[in-house]
Amino acid sequence: MSGSLRLKASPKVTGAMFARATLASELSGDGRRSVVSTLRSDGPLVLRQCNPKEPEPLVKGRRDVARVALAAGTAGPIGGDHYSLDVHVGAGSTLVLTEVSAMLVLPGIGGGQSQMTVNVTVDAGATFVWWAEPIIAAHRCHHSHDVRVALAPGARLVLREEMLLGRHGEVPGDFTSRLRITQGGRPLYDQRLGFGPSAPGWNGAAVLDTNRAVGSIIAVDPAWQDAPPPALPYDRCAALTPLPGPGAAIGAVAPDSLHLRRLLLQGLRTLGPPWATDPKETTT
Amino acid sequence: MSDEKNVNSRALRLGVAGPVGTGKSSVIAAICRRMRDEFQIGVITNDIYTDEDARFLKSVGVLPEERIRAVETGSCPHTAIRDDVTMNLIAVEDMERDFAPLDIVLVESGGDNLTATFSPALVDAQLFVLDVAGGGDVARKGGPGISGADLLVINKIDLGEHVDVDVDRMVADAEKARDGGPVLPLSRKRPETVEKLCDWVRGMHHTYAAGGHTPKDPGPMAPHHHAHDDHDHSHSHSHD
Amino acid sequence: MASIGAGQQAALLLLADGRLPAGGYAPSGGLEPAVTAGRVSDMAGLEAFLVGRAETAGLVAAGFAAAACVRAARGDLSQIPELEAELDARIPSPELRKVSRDLGRQLRRAMTGIYPHEHYAELGRAPHQPVVMGVAAAALGLDAHGAALAILHENNSGAAAAAAKVMRVDPFHVHAILARMTAQLDRLAGVAAAAADGAPCDLPCHGAPLADIAAEHHRRSDVRLFAS
Repeated sequence: MSGSLRLKASPKVTGAMFARATLASELSGDGRRSVVSTLRSDGPLVLRQCNPKEPEPLVKGRRDVARVALAAGTAGPIGGDHYSLDVHVGAGSTLVLTEVSAMLVLPGIGGGQSQMTVNVTVDAGATFVWWAEPIIAAHRCHHSHDVRVALAPGARLVLREEMLLGRHGEVPGDFTSRLRITQGGRPLYDQRLGFGPSAPGWNGAAVLDTNRAVGSIIAVDPAWQDAPPPALPYDRCAALTPLPGPGAAIGAVAPDSLHLRRLLLQGLRTLGPPWATDPKETTT
Repeated sequence: MSDEKNVNSRALRLGVAGPVGTGKSSVIAAICRRMRDEFQIGVITNDIYTDEDARFLKSVGVLPEERIRAVETGSCPHTAIRDDVTMNLIAVEDMERDFAPLDIVLVESGGDNLTATFSPALVDAQLFVLDVAGGGDVARKGGPGISGADLLVINKIDLGEHVDVDVDRMVADAEKARDGGPVLPLSRKRPETVEKLCDWVRGMHHTYAAGGHTPKDPGPMAPHHHAHDDHDHSHSHSHD
Repeated sequence: MASIGAGQQAALLLLADGRLPAGGYAPSGGLEPAVTAGRVSDMAGLEAFLVGRAETAGLVAAGFAAAACVRAARGDLSQIPELEAELDARIPSPELRKVSRDLGRQLRRAMTGIYPHEHYAELGRAPHQPVVMGVAAAALGLDAHGAALAILHENNSGAAAAAAKVMRVDPFHVHAILARMTAQLDRLAGVAAAAADGAPCDLPCHGAPLADIAAEHHRRSDVRLFAS
C-alpha cells in the first residue's frame, strides 16, 4: 500500500480516454429493410457495417437487417478511461451488433477506474440482436461496466454477455458489471456481478465458486407475454429461467470461455427456432 | 364481515399425528376413500423431506390431486405442527379458500416421535396413530399424543399375532393411559373398523359444525406422576 | 455506525430471531443445493458461501427491506408495487422468486397475529419477504438500518443453521463464522439504509449466478431436506 500511489489518478497525467460512439438503425423508406441511420465512431470505439461472422439468433442468413461490428481502435479500456456507446433501434427495424474481438480491460497507470456505459433503446416492433464477445478482466484492472436496455412494448431482444476472470492463469482485478433491461418502463432483468479482490465471497458457492467464466443470454419476445418458456436447469452449471415478464435468462458459469460459450448456446438451443443458432445440433 | 350465526363456517381442521410408519397416510387415504362423497375434503401433508406423502396420497387416487398439498418442513416436522405453524396455517387457509366450501381439512404431520402433537392454533381436533408392530408396550408408555389426542388409533391390528402383541391388552393399556378417552383398533382389512373411524370423524364434524367443540391441547408434555417414596403423597402436574 | 436507537434494539431482536414463528426453518438459503452439488464441503466453503450470499442476495434483500421500511414509516405504500417489480427483476430464478414470496406471506401471516398493522393487508397477495420485513420493522418503530439488519441476520443465520443438518460440522465453528460476519452485516445494512430512500431502480441488484442455477436444480431433486 504505502508509497505505491505517488502518481495521482488524473486524466491529464495518465492520458485517459473519453469516447462516445453512437449507433442507430431505422426501417428504410419502402419498409423492406433495416438500414443504419447513424454510425458515429469515437476513438477506441470503432463501428463498421459488416457481414455475419457466425450464426446469429433470430436473424440467421437474413440480408434485410442492419449489421454493425464494434472494433477496438486501441487497447483498453484501461483505468481512467470512460467509454460510452448509445444505440437506438428505430421502430420496426432490426439491428445486429457484433464485436470483432474480446474486450480486455486493463489497469491504468494511476489506478483509476475504467468505465464503459452502454445505453440501448429499442422502439416498438424493433429487434436488437447484440452478439457480444467476452470482456476479460485483467489482473489489477478496476472496471465498471454498465449496460441499460430500454425496450418498448412489442420490441424483441437477444443479447449475450460473457465475462472472463483474468487471462489464462491470471487473478482478475476488480470488476463490476450491471445489466438492466426494462420493457415498457417495467424492470425485467437487473443484475450486477462483481468479482475481484474488493468483492468478498464472489468465489464462494453462492456466486461463482471456482469458475473463471460467467455469462448469460437474455431473450425477450412479446409473444411470451402470457407464457414465457418454462425453467430448465439443463446443466449443473447452467439454467434457463423465465423472467417476470416476456423474457428468459440463460445463465451459466464455467471453468473457461470455451465451456461457457458452449453452455450458453446449449441453453439457446432449448428455445428452438428462431433463437437457436445451430438448431440441427439439438442434443449435446 | 364474519357471519355471527355460523361461526364454524370454515372446515373442520383435523390433525393426524403419530410415529413414522404407523400408517398415518393410510388412515387419511381410508377416510378420504370412504367419506369423499359425503364431505368436501382437502389434505395437507407435512413431509420431513421432499413431498413423498403427498405423492403417495395422489398416487392412490383417493382425492383429486389438487386437493392434496405438501408443506415442506425443512426436516423440522415437530416445529411445523407445534412451535411455528405458520406454513401449515397458510396451506390450510389457501386450501379452504381455493376449494370453498370445504367440510374437512386433514393435516398429516411428518412422522415424528411420541411427543409430537398439533398446536390448537392449527387444528380443531387430532388423532394419534400407533400400530401394533411398533410394540405392545408403546401405548402404556403414554406421552401427550397417546394420552391427550381426541382419538387414539391403534393400527394394523391384523398383524398382532405375527408380532406377538396382544391387541386387547394394548387397547386396554391405551384406554388406561387416556383415562377412558376413545381408542380405536383399526385394520384396513377389517372394514367394520374403518367404518368406526369414519363414524368418529362424522361425529367430530357434526359437533364442530354445531359449534359444540372446543379444541383442546394434548400439550407438549403429558401430565404425569411423580411418586416419591419418602413422601406420603403423590401429585400430578403438567409442564406447559 | 450504529443508527439503531436505544429504544429499538429489542424490536430488532424480535424480528431477527430465528424463533419468530414465520416458517424460517424450512429453507436453507441455498446451502443444501450447494452442498448437494459438491460446492460446499468444509468450513471454509461454508464461510465463503455465506459471505458471498450476504454480499449479493443478502444486500438486495436488505436494500428492499430498508426501502419498504422508510416508505411504510411515512405511511406511504404507493411505491410498494414498484419495489415488488424491481425485486422480481433482480431474481432471475422463478424458484427463488417463489421462495421469497412464500416467506413474505408467512412473515405477514405471523406478524398479523403478533403485532397487527393496517399496512399488512395492503401488500398484495404474496409480497416478497424483504418488503414485509420492512413494513414490519416500521410498524415496530425500527428505521431503515434496523430493517436491513433484521433481514440480513435472519437470512444469514437461517442458512447457517441448516449447515448442521446437511453437513458434518461442529456447531461452534458455524457460529464462529456468524461471529466473524457481524461487522460485514453491519456494513451491508449501512449500504442498504443509504440507498433506501432513493429511486427503487437504484436499489442494490447484486446477483449470485450459482444460487439461481442451484435453486432450479433443487426444486427438481427427489431427495431434499429443505424447501430451498
